[in-house]
Amino acid sequence: MSFGILHGLLTLLVMILFLGIVWWAFSSRQKKRFDEAANLPFADEDDKPDPERSRKGDE
Amino acid sequence: METTADTHDVRTATQETYNYKVVRQFSIMTIVWGVVGMLVGVLIAAQLVWPALNTNLEWFSFGRLRPLHTNAVIFAFGGSALFATSYYIVQRTCQTRLFGGPLVAFTFWGWQVVIVLAAITLPLGMTMSKEYAELEWPIAILVALVWVAYAIVFFGTIVKRRVSHIYVANWFFGAFIIVIAVLHIVNNMSMPVTLFKSYSMYPGTMDAMIQWWYGHNAVGFFLTAAFLGMMYYFVPKQAGRPIYSYRLSVVHFWALVSLYMWAGPHHLHYTALPDWVQSLGMVFSLILLAPSWGGMINGIMTLSGAWHKLRTDPILRFLIVSLSFYGLATFEGPMMSIKTVNALSHYTDWTIGHVHGGALGWVAMISIGSLYALIPALWGKEKMYSIKAIEWHFWLSTIGTVMYIVSMWIAGVMQGLMWRAVNEDGTLTYNFVETLVQMYPYYFLRFLGGAVFFLGMFIMIWNVWKTIAGTKPVVHTVPQTAH
Repeated sequence: MSFGILHGLLTLLVMILFLGIVWWAFSSRQKKRFDEAANLPFADEDDKPDPERSRKGDE
Repeated sequence: METTADTHDVRTATQETYNYKVVRQFSIMTIVWGVVGMLVGVLIAAQLVWPALNTNLEWFSFGRLRPLHTNAVIFAFGGSALFATSYYIVQRTCQTRLFGGPLVAFTFWGWQVVIVLAAITLPLGMTMSKEYAELEWPIAILVALVWVAYAIVFFGTIVKRRVSHIYVANWFFGAFIIVIAVLHIVNNMSMPVTLFKSYSMYPGTMDAMIQWWYGHNAVGFFLTAAFLGMMYYFVPKQAGRPIYSYRLSVVHFWALVSLYMWAGPHHLHYTALPDWVQSLGMVFSLILLAPSWGGMINGIMTLSGAWHKLRTDPILRFLIVSLSFYGLATFEGPMMSIKTVNALSHYTDWTIGHVHGGALGWVAMISIGSLYALIPALWGKEKMYSIKAIEWHFWLSTIGTVMYIVSMWIAGVMQGLMWRAVNEDGTLTYNFVETLVQMYPYYFLRFLGGAVFFLGMFIMIWNVWKTIAGTKPVVHTVPQTAH
């Protein structure tokens, strides 16, 4: 197999891989878990700092 | 893993707490090293305008201080900011305390020792003479040890997480930690001759290629991927809404990490490097525009429908403007990697302008914005002492950055055009000194821009001092909610 063909196949493979990732990321099956993941910065409460928080902490 | 986590928890009796101590330590040192690194930067910018400032002492000469500046701002300031934010984010989004016990403190103190050793050895002229990898072998080994400890702490925390998902910011931090370990170890392979001198293991062109494979991925993973991790947490947090598109962030991650690896050769255009490798580097650099802008758009569009927050919240403005500078630098970079453009721009001050668009505009501003969001949370305050002061800091940073990059654009393009100008008989139109004389006003403007940016850091110090003085560090318990 010449290098030309090898490089061509590799390019094709990487392209399929990339399109696969895009298809996977945008498939509706992932929607629920991605929505959950996207909310992780807010999941452990105290997003809005309240005086309670630091008091609870100081104990 | 569960057992490890449980035994670890015994110390905190009933309720586990987040480890904020190390985050506080790194946050403070970010500001300290930021001031030190930027001070040296302003000093060497002044040396270029007034050469007498080099003095007759070799320790204060430009050539010795320049690596001190780059190491201080990248690894001391940027590095501390990354340790602080990654430790904070990984705990908060995994809802568990940092893994690793004493290793956590080792990463802090080890990193500080590395920085102090760098500050001693670089002015003394001890150097591997590899850009951004100047530190001699004993220090390089210490860096590797600290980094392995960092990896154990970070990934150990991910393993014992209480939530099922790994938030996208942690993916970026994880890639950064792994890649930097590989880059650092491979590029530092060298033969020690004495305690303070070693020579690279690789010969000639191969050494140059490995150096710039290292150098460009230090930009790609240290200065980009890791700070994107910061962005993916603090932009949504500060805007009070989740990231614009989580799906885009997934594609963004995989595209960015798989493309950056190959862009290094654009640092070696028109050198002894094989031509096809140069072209390969150029093509990958051009494609990089897509994921870079995908990430920028994802961050900025998070504000979609809430643009008004930019008017009232200078912290958010820091974050969003840093993304704009990121977009600017990641457009400029691919453009400069085109061989014909590079023929003009390489070895000129345009490169310096490009780097500082990224370093001041993106890296420093996103770090400063994130710190303003982080510091009140770490010391149990609702917000920073003075919002007005943040506003001032924002404008000084923005104006300083713009002054810096504009002056270097003009200087760089002028240099490139003058260096390549030839007379009809093929001789050079200008000698080097003639081009240098033209640089005076722009070097002065650059010094001024840097000084303005530097000034903002003092406002930050005052504001942080006012915020945390007399407060008791917050102890934050990990929520017990089951997921």
